[in-house]
Amino acid sequence: MSENNKATEQAAPAKPKRPKPKSMIMLNEQTAALAENTRKAKEKGEKIGWSTSIFPQEIPEALGLYIQYPENVGAGIAARKQADPYLQTAEGPLEYNNDICSYAKINLAYAEAMNEGGTLVMPDFLLVANNICNQVTKWFENLSKTLNIPLFMIDTCYNSEDYVTESRVKYIRSQLDQCIKDLCEFTGKEWDEKRFIEVMDISAKNKELWIRANELLANEPAPMNGFELFNYMSTMVCNRGKASTTEILTQLNNEIDEHLKNGTSTYPVEQQYRIFWDGIACWPYLGHNLRTLKQYGINMVGSGYVKAWALDYESNDLDGMAKAYSYCPANNNNMSTFIKRRADAIKQFNCDGVIFHINRACKVMDCQQLEAHRRISEITGVPYVGFDGDQADYRNFSEAQFETRIQGLVEVMKARKEAQNNG
Amino acid sequence: MYTLGIDIGSTSSDAVVMRDGRDIIAASVVSLGAGTIGPQLAYEKVLKEAKITAEDIGGAVATGYGRKTCDYAAKDLSELTCHAKGIHFLIPTARTVIDIGGQDAKVLQIGAQGQLMNFAMNDKCAAGTGRFLEVMAKVLNVKIEDMGSLSMKAKEPVSISNTCTVFAESEVISQLSSKKDIADIAAGIHRSVAKRVAGMAMRVGKQPDVAMSGGVALNAGIVKALEEELNTSILVHPYCQLAGAIGAAMAAWEDIREEGKG
Repeated sequence: MSENNKATEQAAPAKPKRPKPKSMIMLNEQTAALAENTRKAKEKGEKIGWSTSIFPQEIPEALGLYIQYPENVGAGIAARKQADPYLQTAEGPLEYNNDICSYAKINLAYAEAMNEGGTLVMPDFLLVANNICNQVTKWFENLSKTLNIPLFMIDTCYNSEDYVTESRVKYIRSQLDQCIKDLCEFTGKEWDEKRFIEVMDISAKNKELWIRANELLANEPAPMNGFELFNYMSTMVCNRGKASTTEILTQLNNEIDEHLKNGTSTYPVEQQYRIFWDGIACWPYLGHNLRTLKQYGINMVGSGYVKAWALDYESNDLDGMAKAYSYCPANNNNMSTFIKRRADAIKQFNCDGVIFHINRACKVMDCQQLEAHRRISEITGVPYVGFDGDQADYRNFSEAQFETRIQGLVEVMKARKEAQNNG
Repeated sequence: MYTLGIDIGSTSSDAVVMRDGRDIIAASVVSLGAGTIGPQLAYEKVLKEAKITAEDIGGAVATGYGRKTCDYAAKDLSELTCHAKGIHFLIPTARTVIDIGGQDAKVLQIGAQGQLMNFAMNDKCAAGTGRFLEVMAKVLNVKIEDMGSLSMKAKEPVSISNTCTVFAESEVISQLSSKKDIADIAAGIHRSVAKRVAGMAMRVGKQPDVAMSGGVALNAGIVKALEEELNTSILVHPYCQLAGAIGAAMAAWEDIREEGKG
């Protein structure tokens, strides 16, 4: 009988909970330290910043500024199922539209009405890079106006070509130079070129370690449950230029190597299907999504999302940095780049199927994703399924619809495997 | 050996008893879906009609929205695979299957052995689903089963939005207020559903033969509108409403054979 035999499910004994790996403990400590250190810095009168998730963090890090990331905090609030009052406040008294980004709704509600005792310390300035989307520009502009604080922006441009043009590199580079000057002037900090190079070196090292950890999942069976990378990702979002991140990622790589050596995996059941996950995690239902996939032995071995923070440039090359922040796997690249990155990854990780999260919060992503479904499937020959969800608004997801689509994908993947095995 | 397939949908429960995966011995359709007594009634009715008891059933598979709630089924399968198997049994030449269910509309691409090769489903929106048709029938004050014959009398079908059930409902009310012919409105509603589903069919690729599955296939107005949108003829089997349950009963038979008991 097949993998979804009910009798087998019922007979399976409950497994004891696996202890947290050291790298995860280190990650949690780092997260707590960032919040605590930022709070203390604010108390001492330091200027605190909020930043979009793929801003050139090397600049504020070199200046020794304390930066927090509303998207990351919004994801945490959603994953802990605490988003409802924020969403209601944003759409109610604050009069924001239901259709805007759910991270924005949570953060705008937090900033304007609900920040008492929260993880985010109220900011004195804002950092915006629009490589992830253009809605962040309006979101942070609203914050800037409401809180009456300055906004420092890097316009990373949209790449209609498959590369970043020379003129765009110059344009973004000049903004980086200006941002350094403006931040020094606003915060009163002195620019230290040596420290900047040191931060770039650390960031480059962290990028290498992050890519390595991701790519080790190309092994079969994968040594890790791919959903765990969604958690580790926060170290790259919030602390990409810090030495503590090097320690966490070194530890993580060591743990994965150990699994490879022993032929073990953190994936809790036998891995029967390898899938590529496109789009941000559906944070409010992460546990449900994982349980559903686990039921069929599906491991997410590749993702277009987690590698967005692997910024690739040579240390002390500001033109290279400008290019990297424009060309990272975010949402400001054209359709052919979008498709090529995914098709390459699906092949690299030898995926049996693709799950597209049609993220109702992220219109820019959805806009090109539907056409990408078709073209990626044509290139790779791999079946796919799309499901409606939302990165942080729990109201935009149906468990039953997700389960049916995943079961359908499994049945297609199974039929294809059987057809291959039978020649 | 007898096998049982039950399709527990959101609006109806359909059960079928088959012998040796070949012959349909009995079938039942109850217009009550998941979470009601419908599935139990369909089960009892089909056993009675087949003149057998639960002990005579060699294997059972559940499908549909309520498939996880069926205690006596040894396993559950998605309605995608079951409709593929069921339509292959009824219409072996079918390679594209359109199923408009209560909450899901789907287009399946199936192989020569009835295996599911690819599929597309509606997004979370109810437009283009059976529920959409129910809402519209209520607004028109027409029985859902009469919508098809009514729309066939249309002379000038009106235009109805295909993007949102709520907007479409307002449009229908507005058309009624402006004294548009009810048959023309019904045809417009069917065209709206057909446009939505045709988009999915184009994504999957409409390989001939194209067949329709599920209860909505009994609505001649929808079939006609889909034929016009897809510019192809659509095959409809008299047992189309039972296709999911037939597929489930066949899956139960295949499992028994795999285990060497059949």
